[in-house]
Amino acid sequence: MSEMEAAVAEKKTALDVAPRTADVPRDVVFDVRDLTVRYGGNPALAGVSLEIHEHAVTAFIGPSGCGKSTFIRCFNRMNDLIPGAGVEGSVLYRGQDLYGRDVDPVTVRQLIGMVFQKPNPFPKSIYDNVAFGPRVLGWKRGLDERVERALRQAALWDEVKDRLKESALSLSGGQQQRLCIARALAVEPEVILMDEPASALDPISTARIEDLMAELKRDYTIVIVTHNMQQAARVADMTAFFSVDVSSGGRTGVLVEYDRTEAIFTKPRDRRTEDYVTGRFG
Amino acid sequence: MSSVAGPALRPRRPRGRVVGWAFLAYLVLSLAVGFATLGALLFDVFRRGLPFLDRALLFEVPSVDPDIAGARPAILGTIYLMGIVFALAVPLGVGAALYLEEYADRERWWNRLLEVNIQNLAAVPSIIYGILGLAFIVRGPVGLGFVLLSGGLILTLLVLPVVIIAAREAVRAVPSSIREGGLALGATQWQVIWRSVLPAALPGMATGTILALSRAIGETAPLLLIGGLTYVAFNPTLLGPFTALPIQIFNWTAQPQEQFRLLAAAAIILLLALLLSMNALAIWLRNRYQKRW
Repeated sequence: MSEMEAAVAEKKTALDVAPRTADVPRDVVFDVRDLTVRYGGNPALAGVSLEIHEHAVTAFIGPSGCGKSTFIRCFNRMNDLIPGAGVEGSVLYRGQDLYGRDVDPVTVRQLIGMVFQKPNPFPKSIYDNVAFGPRVLGWKRGLDERVERALRQAALWDEVKDRLKESALSLSGGQQQRLCIARALAVEPEVILMDEPASALDPISTARIEDLMAELKRDYTIVIVTHNMQQAARVADMTAFFSVDVSSGGRTGVLVEYDRTEAIFTKPRDRRTEDYVTGRFG
Repeated sequence: MSSVAGPALRPRRPRGRVVGWAFLAYLVLSLAVGFATLGALLFDVFRRGLPFLDRALLFEVPSVDPDIAGARPAILGTIYLMGIVFALAVPLGVGAALYLEEYADRERWWNRLLEVNIQNLAAVPSIIYGILGLAFIVRGPVGLGFVLLSGGLILTLLVLPVVIIAAREAVRAVPSSIREGGLALGATQWQVIWRSVLPAALPGMATGTILALSRAIGETAPLLLIGGLTYVAFNPTLLGPFTALPIQIFNWTAQPQEQFRLLAAAAIILLLALLLSMNALAIWLRNRYQKRW
């Protein structure tokens, strides 16, 4: 069996964990239904329903505290790690409930990768950072090729190919973030979640990450949180605008409007969206 | 270009300078008290002990004749004790620290109780550990007898809280973004701890452990209590009678002959050298592997 075939076989086994169901349209990756997230008492996010499409970049925008980061962390069950966090409603991944009783969050996180706001490479070599995921999953065969493929996909290979053994911490911030993207790609996820991936980077590095997203959406589904509206306008196919609802006494994030990015920025239907995208608020 | 007139810059006030100097003098004095005491002690020890710091001290057994007496059994006893403490305290301490930091739910009362008690245990006088050891390890349920292993077990208990606290600090210093990064790749909690958290925390743990060991190396009281015999003229074994450097020093200083007291000074230099080299190792480890996030 060649390395490529092995990789395909591995991906297939991984996907078998979450089988597709016939009644879900092929291009819907996530179907969120009436989702509410609480940290303790007051909901941080309430009543969100939307669908996320395959091979598209979907952006979540909105002011601080609107729950967009909370929301994106529901897609790979990272909120499970916060004590006291509770999720109501459902997040269907290809027709299967991510929060189902017998779903292992560890498998979910392999299929649905994540890149964080601040680049967080491990204090290991560049190679070992990318190899970390495959190693924990026991994918030992063709590791070198897998690492190279991931670094090429993340447009980092040419910059690091001669110093794979050097510490990842010696890279610049933008390179570190692309390394984190490569690290996520190495476990062959179907979806990549990015929580403000460029907010800690300079404009040139940001542009490179944005170019990368346009590249990656051919093979992956990308969901991104950003507080930079221009970024959403540049990279996203679909945009969801979140806002803060203070009527309940606490601060609860709500989904205001979800549409094609163009529509959100040129013909918003909701007044709050219009105010936000035209810069009158937020 | 012409500059615009601004507020006049005032000259330094002499009074402020006097207060500043007085404060600095006070600080230097505080430092001097500590240093002068230590310096005087060290000077005295070195002046008296250096002539006796020879091959005989290192390689001979104790004797009634100070000219041929050495501290070999005590040196070996101390080294063996440190070996036992290291081998037992590190896995237990690191395990306890990882449980408390990574698994324990802070909201549960039993975990809080554990935390408070570990802090308290670190402050319990060493003689109490000696009494405990005498009752439970030397005699009682374990019943090992007055042997080297008993001494090692008691010193392990003594330093364990310190090792746990140091290891917890090291684990806590690993940023949570490292854990999230690992988990987001589909690693299990155990894999994240084993492959990411532990390697990153290891230098800190090593430093803390060595500092804990350097506390154990000077302990006399608990060992006296459990029969760290003061006259051992043979190499110690794990399950045999033993002595250690601090006990040997204690014994020699209690002798009437001046010669023995000089010998004790030489043994103190030896103990200090061991202690300093352990601390140097700790500092070296810390600097060598210090992580910048």
